[in-house]
Amino acid sequence: MTTAPASPERTAPTRALPTLQRGTIVRGGVVVGLLLIALVVLPAISGADWITTYTSVAIYSVAALGFGILYGRVGMISLGQVALLTIGCWVGARVAYATSLPFPVLLLIAGGITCAIGTLVGLPALRLSGLYLALITLMFAGATTVVLSVTDFPNGGGGFTGRSATGALTTSTPPVRRPSWAVGDTAYYRYTVIVCAILFLIALVHVASKPGRAWASIRESEPAALAAGVNITLYKLWAFALASFITGVAGCLLAAQIGVPRAITFQTQDSLTLAATALIGGIYSLWGAIVAGIFNQLLPFLFQAQWNIDPNWLLIIFGAGLLQVLLTAPGGLAQQFPKDMANLARLIARGARRLGGGGRKPTG
Amino acid sequence: MIQVENLTVRFAGVTPIDDASLDFPGGTCGLIGPNGAGKTTFFNVLSGFVKPAAGSIRAFGEDMLRMADYKRARWGLRRTFQTEQSIENLSVFDNVAMIHEHSGAKRSSRQADVLAAMEFVGLDVSPRAKAGSLGAGERRLLEVARAVVGRPRVVLLDEPAAGLPEEETEHLGGVIQRIPEAFGALTILVDHDMSLVSNCCTTTAVLDFGKVIAIGPTADVLRDERVTNAYLGTEEEV
Repeated sequence: MTTAPASPERTAPTRALPTLQRGTIVRGGVVVGLLLIALVVLPAISGADWITTYTSVAIYSVAALGFGILYGRVGMISLGQVALLTIGCWVGARVAYATSLPFPVLLLIAGGITCAIGTLVGLPALRLSGLYLALITLMFAGATTVVLSVTDFPNGGGGFTGRSATGALTTSTPPVRRPSWAVGDTAYYRYTVIVCAILFLIALVHVASKPGRAWASIRESEPAALAAGVNITLYKLWAFALASFITGVAGCLLAAQIGVPRAITFQTQDSLTLAATALIGGIYSLWGAIVAGIFNQLLPFLFQAQWNIDPNWLLIIFGAGLLQVLLTAPGGLAQQFPKDMANLARLIARGARRLGGGGRKPTG
Repeated sequence: MIQVENLTVRFAGVTPIDDASLDFPGGTCGLIGPNGAGKTTFFNVLSGFVKPAAGSIRAFGEDMLRMADYKRARWGLRRTFQTEQSIENLSVFDNVAMIHEHSGAKRSSRQADVLAAMEFVGLDVSPRAKAGSLGAGERRLLEVARAVVGRPRVVLLDEPAAGLPEEETEHLGGVIQRIPEAFGALTILVDHDMSLVSNCCTTTAVLDFGKVIAIGPTADVLRDERVTNAYLGTEEEV
């Protein structure tokens, strides 16, 4: 290619792109540190019921991540993400009862089938957007609830539904199996965190590379993306495929976490709550998905098991929180919290300086 | 070389391009005309956003209208829009790189090509800066950098200097003028700024109500009576 005529400032661009930036290293360190805390410290200081809640936090973080990829990255709103989680849970349970495949294979099968279904659900997104797409995906969530209320989850029976009437509602139903070396709640919690961390990594790699840039261009303007040579159909479906795959894997983790999943525990409105908490957490950052998982699972646990408050109040709190976030911090808590902390640090520093009589670097 | 033959575009009851035939020989060509003359519609036909009712467009021997819209960028078609379209939450580097990675150019040359394109347009900002943090003039330059990266063959610039102060327009004009030589791409400039057009373009075509009313060397075209009439709104003799 013919390049630009050489100019005196030729050196300027070459300083530009060091392969590893300091910010990247710091961020990587923080991630590894937090992962270690989650794997080692949290299980050591928490009781059994807390540990199962942490497992759910990790699983729902992945579901929120799927929502964040679709809405935050590509601009496609999907209100059917918990339905996909349910499908992953159903497939995981069904295959677990029917076969003796290793657990990671179960995860891949559940992810793969959910991926196929989720991509089908994404087809309308090629023509529809905004409210219409939201409505279609919400109807899908409703349809899933209806179908599930008829078939319910497999309980080790035969046939397509894998459900035997005699086993239903009795305590004799064998739970969905867990990996042989992670049968206990704490071990399974660690297993879940590691799998979820891998799913986050897969999402990160996508967002930071070619598909992420193509998604960003679609979100900004479809005509401009088209003029840039982006195959919009391919990349939109790719986003749905990725979001559904990770959600399906998380669903399979959920099946083994619950042991005996029941249709009645999955409601259509869960998809709405997930969307609300994902927006509160922040859809433009992967951290936001973790915040969303905490809001979605840890808060109900705190309300119900710790404070004896009806967790339904949370719907109102989430509604108010969503309003607050949309009006004042569209990037969600994941973007707002660091800003607030920086402001707070500045305030403290200023206060300390005043107290210390104008010293330049206060220590206290 | 772009050959347009008998191109007609119809939207319910309106004919923004009416049986237009013209050739763009190469270099930087101007495409001017009053508002509503069909200039942007012509770009939209080339990009594949609008399907013409009749006619053909051949670019370097290739039948453009038969090519799928998203494949045209890979073939070498680039364009900018009247409202600038850089991706705000991507870095400057990624903004240019995303065009490169859909252009079919080699991955190994990406970093060098992107930085060369930035340097070519004189965009002196950190490649890591978010496009959303740039000023209006810098964003216009970024758009041109996006248009010239990754082996372009045809570059369509739709009012690239709209809203820019005179000094920046002049710089941009110099950049536009050098595109054909530096990248070997036929460049078509749509603009209302006649001094920009006459500075950059060797050949200029004039559209009025979807019809080609003049084409030829820019200086001759701008002196043409029909052209001044079209702009001043003088009634045509019947």
